[in-house]
Amino acid sequence: MLDALLVVRGASVSPGVPTDPLKVSGNMSFLTVLYAILFYFAAAVLLAGLIRKVVQYARTPAPLKIPTTPAPTNKAGVAFRMAREVVFFESLFKGNKWIWIFGWIFHFGLFLVTLRHLRYFIDPVWLPIQLVQPFGIYGGLAMVVGLLGLWARRFVVDRVRYITGISDHLILVLLILIGLSGLMMTFVVHVDIISVKLFFRGLMTLSFSPLPADPLLLLHLFLVATLMIVFPFSKLLHAPGLFFSPTRNQVDNPREKRHLAAWAKGLEQ
Amino acid sequence: MAKADFKVPELQQYAEIPAIEPDAMAHSSPFLSKPEFQEPLGFPGDLEDNWQEKAIDKMGELLGKYRSLRVYLDSCVKCGSCTDKCHYYLGTRDPKNMPVGRQDLMRKVYRRYFTLAGKLFPKLVGASDFTREVLDDWYSYFHQCSQCRRCSVFCPYGIDTAEISMAAREIMDSIGVGQKYCNEIISKVYKIGNNLGLPGPALEDTLEGLEEDVLDDTGVEVKYPLDQEGADILLVTPSADFFAEPHVDGLIGYGKVFHEVGVSWTLSSYASEAANFGMFIGSYENMRRISQRIRKAALDLGVKRIVFGECGHAWRVAYSFLNTLAGPWDFLDPRYPVPQHIMEFTYNAIQEGKLRFDKSQNDDMILTFHDSCNVARATRMGDKPGGQFDIPRAVIRAVCNNFYDMDEETIRERTFCCGGGGGLLTDDLMELRVKGAKPRIEALNNVMQEKGVTHLAAICAICKSQFSKILPFYGMEMDQVVSVHQLVSNAIVLTGQETEDEEGEESGEAA
Repeated sequence: MLDALLVVRGASVSPGVPTDPLKVSGNMSFLTVLYAILFYFAAAVLLAGLIRKVVQYARTPAPLKIPTTPAPTNKAGVAFRMAREVVFFESLFKGNKWIWIFGWIFHFGLFLVTLRHLRYFIDPVWLPIQLVQPFGIYGGLAMVVGLLGLWARRFVVDRVRYITGISDHLILVLLILIGLSGLMMTFVVHVDIISVKLFFRGLMTLSFSPLPADPLLLLHLFLVATLMIVFPFSKLLHAPGLFFSPTRNQVDNPREKRHLAAWAKGLEQ
Repeated sequence: MAKADFKVPELQQYAEIPAIEPDAMAHSSPFLSKPEFQEPLGFPGDLEDNWQEKAIDKMGELLGKYRSLRVYLDSCVKCGSCTDKCHYYLGTRDPKNMPVGRQDLMRKVYRRYFTLAGKLFPKLVGASDFTREVLDDWYSYFHQCSQCRRCSVFCPYGIDTAEISMAAREIMDSIGVGQKYCNEIISKVYKIGNNLGLPGPALEDTLEGLEEDVLDDTGVEVKYPLDQEGADILLVTPSADFFAEPHVDGLIGYGKVFHEVGVSWTLSSYASEAANFGMFIGSYENMRRISQRIRKAALDLGVKRIVFGECGHAWRVAYSFLNTLAGPWDFLDPRYPVPQHIMEFTYNAIQEGKLRFDKSQNDDMILTFHDSCNVARATRMGDKPGGQFDIPRAVIRAVCNNFYDMDEETIRERTFCCGGGGGLLTDDLMELRVKGAKPRIEALNNVMQEKGVTHLAAICAICKSQFSKILPFYGMEMDQVVSVHQLVSNAIVLTGQETEDEEGEESGEAA
């Protein structure tokens, strides 16, 4: 199986002879060049966009102590609270079991899929990533199931239908198509994934290698690049946002420790 | 039953999530403020010509000052977890009263002016220009949020609609669209010293009257001091405690506890108000200015400790913000937290065995307890998280024989707002107040049917006033609401107090 080959032969995947990037790119197909540019662009947008937002969040002061209480009274407690939110979606669990189950299935599936995909970017493939490979497939299935559940709620529940905008549908469609195109390549139409790995390793090491012109693969990669570009400009910012949420990340100690924002200091005598 | 020119919701045994009814409460708006109430707070008197531009500028300023606002406007994924959590949605069915529906009123403006997606593809992401219609929606629906934070408990990112509605009110104030109720009250605080506009001499009369009442009832000289320099404790309490029922019975209770523990204490005529409506209008500057009165009073009177009376949002400002707004408190006795809640004081005194009670004095009541939203979700009492739930209950159990909690889904961190918090306790919002109280009254009604509960104990002036007013709409009695320190007052046995028997003999002789 190609999958197995990719992992087991990981070490031998890198091109044996380093080549002059300029010379190689001269032989590349138009598609390969296009996708190379697309992924450089997408990665740059994702990275720069996220850094910009994270810096913005970090620089904006939280002038008042507003943890939702009962809240932890020390930093270790806050770290534990945040970990429960990130790993188990604790507040969502309190709020709505259906959203929680679909949301958690989707995110955990996505997490496994992401781990599985690391094999395309690291060489040799680390043992834990080798071990997680079969679970990544289940992750792909879970991801799509969770997404379909979340999408169904946007039609079935009148309150959720009311708050759903076009962009909310589009992001779900995007994610579902990414999942389905990926699963298709696993179960129905196999692609030359060793070449895919060579392509991405090439992007990372500047030793370019051709991308197979497989329609399903091209669709999958185009959608993923789109997701990367959309990420820093959309509600996907909930990912970094959670870590900066004052109601979740503040320590409940206002009487013990005076909390004063820089701009509020100006009001003091 | 009180008369209503709107349909009072029917109480159900099992909480039901209603189907949405768009614009069901679009007609609900509080009275607009007047220039005379705007200007003392530093706001323009009327809506100005270039209001749109000014409002966007103000929003930009707040986005740079409040991380909460910035993060919460970006982070919502419209999952729907909050949609059935707001008491105003449950009571009115208006989808703009779903927390996310309310937030989106601001989010669509934020997206239009502050995000790339909203500038390029407004329709796609639901962005909208800040039009007059949007402003009217803001005024209506940001005054249908009691800033109770229930939504923030259930949001996977902790998005707190209170933060959004505070910012919205501040933006509106900055363009001259203020709410009369809050802004008139804050002007009164600046002018006279408290929300109700009670001048010093009136306070003195009231407190003397209380001393006489307590002396008549118990035969013990309990003092209710005002402006007494050198006292140990400055008590800051909501001004409703000075005259309204059942609030004043709570104040009587605080005095008895202080007396029995043997500490000297005083009220201040300068800082004769615990409430801080600056929070409701989201104005840091006004909230700070109101808080500074307490610092000045503490310094002028030379007290060692500060204790707050029963008031919900006041305890939030006191517990969470006072150190920030009016600290540092290094001139006070470092052995005590600053400030303390009267409930912490009484609880500690009970733990130390300093108080004696005759619980049977409360046997005419079967009680339940209403966790006030601000106390429950924005503060703490005692050393441990959750003390804000356990300490009041421990005090109630120490002074009463009959106590039952309401349904677990409606108490503690999941408590429902009384329906009148957040600057909405005004007659021009009566329909909203009655409908918003539905989830709380439903839980109360259930525990009345199942356990025979007769009275609802509360530790917030707004809750007490709101319940007194709206219980009759649901066929209940206004005096079913009691202060927790009223219960303490009923049961406490003061040293040297005449017992029931002696009183009986006296009355026998008189006859």
